[in-house]
Amino acid sequence: MRSATATWRVSFAALDVRRRGWLVVAALALLLVFSVVYSITLGRYGVSMTNAWLILWDHIVPVANPTWSDVDANVVTAVRLPRILGALLVGAGLAISGAALQGLFRNPLVDPGIIGVTAGAGFGGTLAILMVGGGTVVLGAAFGCGIASLLVVRFLATVKGRTSTLTFVLAGVVVTAFFEAAISIIKLLADPHQKLPAITYWLMGSIAATGYSDLALMAAAIVPPSILIFMLRYQINILSLGEEKARALGSPIERVQWIVYAAVACISAGVVATSGIVGWVGLVIPHLARGLVGPDHGRLLPVSALLGAIYLLLVDDIARTATVAELPIGIITALVGVPVFALILRRLQSKSGWAHD
Amino acid sequence: MIEAPILAVRDVGVSLGGRTILEGYSLDVGKGEVLAMLGANGVGKTTLLNCMVGLRHPERGSVTRMGRIGYVPQLFQSTFAFSVLDIVLMGRARHLGLFTAPRKADYEVAERYLELMQVAHLRDRPFNALSGGQRQLVMIAQALASECEIMILDEPCSALDYKNQAIVIATLRRLNREMGLTIVFSTHAPQHGLEVASHVLLMNDRQRYRHGSVAEVLTADNLTNLYDVAIGRAEFGMGGRFTFAPTYVQ
Repeated sequence: MRSATATWRVSFAALDVRRRGWLVVAALALLLVFSVVYSITLGRYGVSMTNAWLILWDHIVPVANPTWSDVDANVVTAVRLPRILGALLVGAGLAISGAALQGLFRNPLVDPGIIGVTAGAGFGGTLAILMVGGGTVVLGAAFGCGIASLLVVRFLATVKGRTSTLTFVLAGVVVTAFFEAAISIIKLLADPHQKLPAITYWLMGSIAATGYSDLALMAAAIVPPSILIFMLRYQINILSLGEEKARALGSPIERVQWIVYAAVACISAGVVATSGIVGWVGLVIPHLARGLVGPDHGRLLPVSALLGAIYLLLVDDIARTATVAELPIGIITALVGVPVFALILRRLQSKSGWAHD
Repeated sequence: MIEAPILAVRDVGVSLGGRTILEGYSLDVGKGEVLAMLGANGVGKTTLLNCMVGLRHPERGSVTRMGRIGYVPQLFQSTFAFSVLDIVLMGRARHLGLFTAPRKADYEVAERYLELMQVAHLRDRPFNALSGGQRQLVMIAQALASECEIMILDEPCSALDYKNQAIVIATLRRLNREMGLTIVFSTHAPQHGLEVASHVLLMNDRQRYRHGSVAEVLTADNLTNLYDVAIGRAEFGMGGRFTFAPTYVQ
């Protein structure tokens, strides 16, 4: 067994990186399908694995003799499936955003929150909960404030028509600090018996409330920008050599940067609006993906998306099944994600996709 | 008939934080010329090169480029573990659309210049694992892959040993003689100027400079003046070949 894995590892390493990319994508896609089916069976109402497969299959090709009850079908289709798809979308969107920004900034500590949008959207959402209480207003306010905070960052970072990455990151940090303080003020002002817990839970992140209408909104905010980022994959490669080098090579770097920023803002604001603040995914997953397929964003972005989707799905499974009450996913991404990240990083150190001296 | 210069620097002045770094630099680089820039550390060689490349817009004066620029920065390092082929392929940037990845034709161009630079055997190695000399050749291949007409190199031989310096200098000469490539590079070794350059720019300070052909400008007196160290002409004792070197060795 031991020698078998060793042989496998050697032959995997010997594979041409390009072919290895396809292998990894195929393996992850398979894993994704199995995770989805497995997640369907999880929960207080038991659904067998066979029925989970068949109910899903029934949506594509109607099955002649159903072996499941109407309740089974209802639990799977109306309750679990939208939530599962929501987790996939959030995980994929955050991981793609993180991978793109790490490439653009050439910094391993970057996550989508760095451009100030997450905190801005968080502020919008908490303000809406304080003023109105809940519902679509929270969604709209979070998304709107998220996008607005990118505009603020852009205004702060642009001097004489030029934006350097350094001032951009600093502006992002400043805006984040400002909105976090604003969130604290709102928490102070909030009624400690009703509004404060609502705000706190919302900020900690959850995909619990997801139905198909939420899912449609989520998809609208996450899918098109993710595709846009993927389409820019080669320009992101060039920019990851450094701004000066990219400029000398004739790449339209400002345009690429702002498209990526806007796309990441849209994804982040969409995630916060529908699921609260989910940390760590955008930071951790790209590192694992880079360890598997290297730094070329043509492979890195899709592999990050798949890994992020699977990861957040499993995290959400824990969130809804580990205890009687629902756990906020933000807590689990940190509690589970961080040690896993530390361990995997130790193993991948030599081939993490980052250059070492 | 006088051909228009492929690169024209006109009264260029650069200021940084209220301090003048360069003032009144004017020079023409003709097609097929090789210009070597010499000057003390901190005199503004890199600043002037950046203006030529277009990375920096001079506060005063102008730079006119009549051809595509290929830029080889000093000691380039990649943050990410890209392979040599990936790095050369990125030279195709300006020929790609915003949303397109390199196609088969781009790969062929990259492979051709890896071949020409005699580093094809390194194509799948991580760029940062290469030696300094190999890295320099890969960066030159990248600039060539961008189909540049003017190649600008910032101290291409710094931190290289003699053998690798010789390889890089011989490569530049080959590119100039065989492809007619116009080359501008900075260096600290007058001999590099003698080996490849047709013209020399001696940068004495932010506004005093000498520009002209190697024969008229690259002299022991001018170099002594430039570096503020006694520099003499040394004969190799064969075929009238010579170099310039500091005379402080007794």
